[in-house]
Amino acid sequence: MALLAQDETVALALSLKVAAVAVACSLPPAIACAWLLARKRFFGKPLLETLLLLPLILPPVVTGYLLLGWFGHRGPIGRVLDALHMSVAFRWTGAALAAGVMAFPLLVVSLRSAFEAVDRKLEQAAATLGAGAWRVFLRITLPMSLPGLAAGLALAFARAFGEFGATITFVSSIPGETRTLPIALYELLETPGGESGALRLTWVAIGVALCATLAATWLLRRPRKTEFEA
Amino acid sequence: MIELDFELRRGEFSLQLALHSQARALALFGPSGCGKTSTLHAVAGLLQPGRGRVTLDERVLFDARRGENIPVARRRLGVVFQEARLFPHLSVRDNLRFGMPRDSRSQRFDDAVQLLGLHALLRRKPEQLSGGQARRVAIGRALLRDPLALLLDEPLSNLHHEARAEVLEHLRGLKRELAMTTLLVSHQPDEVLALADAVALLDDGRLQAVLPVAEFGRQHPDTRAVTGSR
Repeated sequence: MALLAQDETVALALSLKVAAVAVACSLPPAIACAWLLARKRFFGKPLLETLLLLPLILPPVVTGYLLLGWFGHRGPIGRVLDALHMSVAFRWTGAALAAGVMAFPLLVVSLRSAFEAVDRKLEQAAATLGAGAWRVFLRITLPMSLPGLAAGLALAFARAFGEFGATITFVSSIPGETRTLPIALYELLETPGGESGALRLTWVAIGVALCATLAATWLLRRPRKTEFEA
Repeated sequence: MIELDFELRRGEFSLQLALHSQARALALFGPSGCGKTSTLHAVAGLLQPGRGRVTLDERVLFDARRGENIPVARRRLGVVFQEARLFPHLSVRDNLRFGMPRDSRSQRFDDAVQLLGLHALLRRKPEQLSGGQARRVAIGRALLRDPLALLLDEPLSNLHHEARAEVLEHLRGLKRELAMTTLLVSHQPDEVLALADAVALLDDGRLQAVLPVAEFGRQHPDTRAVTGSR
């Protein structure tokens, strides 16, 4: 007997896909924003900081509603995407967009502190050795931030995996397309006799969350000091 | 030839220098906080003077009036900082190779490794090095950048007696063999006597005098006996 019913497996697979795509697509802009916040002083920085954190503070339903307004079939961006046959409304890509928006601040926050923890004196030393800004970033700042980056990815993945409010508001619940695991769980609870399915999905959600948190903790632990070779 | 004529302000501290020296190796000597390291950082391009000119061997590195400011990465100076500033995530070998121009021959690498006695350390990580070893790697890394001049910021500070003697010996060897324009920051008379041809005395951000090293030695007779130099 399979551990999960077929529609539960579909929801789990969809959630994993949505979370993975959401995190992968948020990563490059998150790196750029985190680096700007960690390394540059510029006009409007506090405003940018607040805007970037907004999805963490706003009720997820509000974020979903705003996404619907902009990316829905009648929204300004949605109309452009429709014309390009790249519509995201009521599609799994929309679910990934919602999950990405919600996970983005977590990535920025973890990456920013990871970048800030890199001693700028090392970046200066790299510059005196002929490295331009890109090379300094790729050879010094980024490799030294890898534990923070990986931990941020794990947390962001867990957040994207668990996304509910913004997703259901923006892309509704279409089986196999936008009905992610948390939405499937919610619907099972609303269905008579759905408790056992809900319980199974609960255990799956706990498992994924635990794995992500353990991964983050494991990646963030201090590297073991190697023995001094006499 | 070293020509420094600039003004630099950092908070309350103001550094004003008009210094022209024909010496191959010039030491900046003075008490802590007199502006030695700030001067070296201005030459390296890590601090930008408010006005003036910085010229090394007739190469203009900075000229406020003409709006010239060669970026740190393109000044081609071998900078050895007070702390070794080795990249902790790279092996000694990769630290040494970091600034090497792409087209440079492996012979240069081998020569520097030989000259500084680094062969046994190449596979170690910086955390596995003693203070003196780390300093030698930092010197090697600066040399392999194929610099036009060397900037040494207290290269013997915070080393215990034996490590100090060891690094000093290597630096003396380099001075003999490379005959490269060198700016040395120091507050140790023996270091200055061993490594410099002329000494610029700084106090509170102002140049007091420029002396030939023999004259400086007469003013610090006790240190001549210690180093036995000249």
